[in-house]
Parts: sequence; C-alpha cells; structure tokens
Amino acid sequence: MMWSWIPSNGSLIWQLTRENIYIGVVPALYGLAISLPLGIVAARWRWFYPPVLTLVNVIYAIPALALFIALIPTLGLTNTNVIVALTLFSLCVILPNVVAGLRGVPDPVRQAATAMGYGPLRRLVMVELPLAVPVIMGGLRVGVVSSISLASVGQLIGVSSLGYLFTDGEQRSFPTEIYVGLVLIIALALACDLILVGVRRALTPWAVRA
Amino acid sequence: MSFFNYAWDWVTQSAHWHGPGSIPQQIVAHLGYAGLPLLIAAIIAIPAGVAVGHTGRGSVFVVNLANSWRAIPTLGLLVLLAVYLGFSFLTWLLPLVVLAIPPILVNAYEGVAGVDPGVRDAAKGAGMTAWQQVTRVEVPIALPLILVGLRTAAIFVVATATIAAYIGLGGLGRFIFDGLASYQYGPVAGGALLVVGLAVLVLGLFALLGRVLVPAGLRKQRRSE
Repeated sequence: MMWSWIPSNGSLIWQLTRENIYIGVVPALYGLAISLPLGIVAARWRWFYPPVLTLVNVIYAIPALALFIALIPTLGLTNTNVIVALTLFSLCVILPNVVAGLRGVPDPVRQAATAMGYGPLRRLVMVELPLAVPVIMGGLRVGVVSSISLASVGQLIGVSSLGYLFTDGEQRSFPTEIYVGLVLIIALALACDLILVGVRRALTPWAVRA
Repeated sequence: MSFFNYAWDWVTQSAHWHGPGSIPQQIVAHLGYAGLPLLIAAIIAIPAGVAVGHTGRGSVFVVNLANSWRAIPTLGLLVLLAVYLGFSFLTWLLPLVVLAIPPILVNAYEGVAGVDPGVRDAAKGAGMTAWQQVTRVEVPIALPLILVGLRTAAIFVVATATIAAYIGLGGLGRFIFDGLASYQYGPVAGGALLVVGLAVLVLGLFALLGRVLVPAGLRKQRRSE
C-alpha cells in the first residue's frame, strides 16, 4: 500500500467517484420510474405479468458486459450505453418488487379504502403505494447497489468510472490503486443503501422499528 | 448493421468452429471456469445456509449479506488477485467462489428459516431426529429457494467468467477482449451473443431442474396458491 498515491491523485479519484455515482444512481432511478407504471399495470391485469416476468428473468441473466457490447452499434461507447444497460438491470429487480408490494396489500385494507369513498386512483396513490413502499424500496436498494458496482465493468468498453482504477492498476501492477477503487465502490454502494433505508423510514413512519 | 448482424455473421463462419481457440473449445472452457467455482460454492454454502436457517445462529450476518454482496465489484477483485498472484489457478477460482457463495447461502437460509413452524413441530412430534427433520422436511420445502440461489450464482459466475478473460483467461470472454484490442466488432459481438446464449441456457436448465427436483406435493400447492 502506497498511501502517498491517494492525496497526489485526489482530483482524479474525485472525478472518477462523481462519474461512478452518476452512472450508478441514475439507472436505478430510471428503473424505478419505469417499474412503477409497469408494476401497477401488472398488479391489476394478471395475465400481463407472467410473460413480463419471464422477459425480466431473461434480461437479468444477460451478463453486463455482453449487454454493453450489444448496445454499441446503437449507442456507441458512451455513458448513455452503460446507463441504458444498467437501467434495464435495475428494472429487472425493481419491477417484481413493485408487483409483490402492491399485491401484498391486504384485501380488508383495500375494501376499507373503497368503503371510505376512495376511487381507484386515489386508493392507489394514498393507500396501496404507501403500503408497498418497504417492498419497492427493497428492490430499489438492490438496483442501486448493483448498478454502482456494475458501472465499473463499463470501463472495459471505455466508459469512465472508478473501474478505471482497476484497469490502470492492473496494467501498472499497482495494488494501491485497485484497493482504492474497491473500497470506494463498496463504500459508495453501502452509503446509497443506507440513504435508501433512511428514505424508507421517512416514508413509512407507521412501520414498527426493530 | 445491427448487433445481431455482426454477431450472427461472425458466429456462423465455419472457420471459427475448428482448431485451437475455436468456439466449441471456448464454450467448454467457459463452462469449466463457471462450473467448478459454482460446485465448490454450493458444497460450502448450502450446508452453511441450511445450518444457519435451522439453528438461527448467525442469521444477522446472513441477512446483512443479502444485499451487500452485490456491492463487491467483480472486476476489482479479479485484477487485484491477478496483480498479486500473477496468472495462477487461484486468480480466477478464488473470486468466483467468493462471489457465488452469498446468493446460495442467503437463499438456503431463507428457505429453511421460512419453513412453517407448525410443519417443524409436526416433524418433531412424529419422532424425527434433528437430522431427519432437516433432510426430510426442511430441505425439501426449502428446495425451490435453494434452486433460486444456485441459479442466481450460476448466472453471476457465467457473467464473471466472461470478465475474467480480461486478466488472460480463456472462455468466451477471450473473443470479446481480443476483438476489443484489435478494434474488430465481429468477434466482440459474436462472443457477447454466445455468452448470452449460455446464460439463457443456464436459466432454462434451472427451470427444468425445478420441475424435476421439487417434490410433487409442493408443486401442487404452489399452483393452487
């Protein structure tokens, strides 16, 4: 470990960290934005869900590197390429949770809301979605954590992230650089995970806390 | 031309199917790089997960592992070992085993821990020993989830074995990195397509395993749910 390498490359590390946050967090948010309407539709019209679930399972099985490569002719070696691919993966982990969360709302609760005069839309927004928050958040957490970590694979097709520290460190046989990348990616991912746990608590003040 | 045109053109050239480093050889190599770590991880993680699920000891650790293992960047782990160990057996085996353990462990734990307490008591009441309770009741009930864990790990290992070609390994990733190095999209796309095919094949295999291995009674119950 060569500690002096870290301060003397501070600006590089900071820049890579920002890039990694961007191409890691944005896909998870896009994934959530697409999953919510799709999940609402799938929870309501049951025939729609099984084929979607099969498709989701197949997409999720595609190795990240292969998906980046498949997108090269359309999107080139750009940030957008990696963001689109990671959005697809996030979608695959968030969508099933949206459906499970909405379906997990107990029937008596739904009936009570209807009896109180809630229409379908208001019931969805005011009752069902809030109750589904913990399950949806579970999916979002997996989406963010894996996107931040998978973003580093984008480096192999030349999209800059903390993964640069891996490829550069490998070429120069310089472990310090690789350690810095490993620690920063894991720390970033776990920090985002903690933030989402906080958000979930703020959104579900009624939940029992362990 | 689209990705599929490039990939198909390259994959269907007969020259790529013969001789050293040909497609069939790399497929076999890829299966070896993915299969061995998966096997080792399963031998370690299934008994461990079942034990934690049965006794409840260490469950906090396993629950916390459930999300956080995805934070580990595989590429980083691979290059770190490559720098220290050079190109040895352990360089690729160790990270792949380490990465395959968490999903198997977590799902085996959840499957066994989630067995209905009533069923557990019934097994005990019927006079089963602890070993019989685990092997005849808890593990069969947990089998669908154990298979999910193995599937997740298998897909992960197939993907990571592709990346492992970056540090000089064979397998289908070889086509991708050699192609990238020589600015040829053909082999890159072809390699990627074959990897996707392999991953989908693994998915199908596990769907089949689920049909064959899961006890008939459990399957019926699931359908009626």
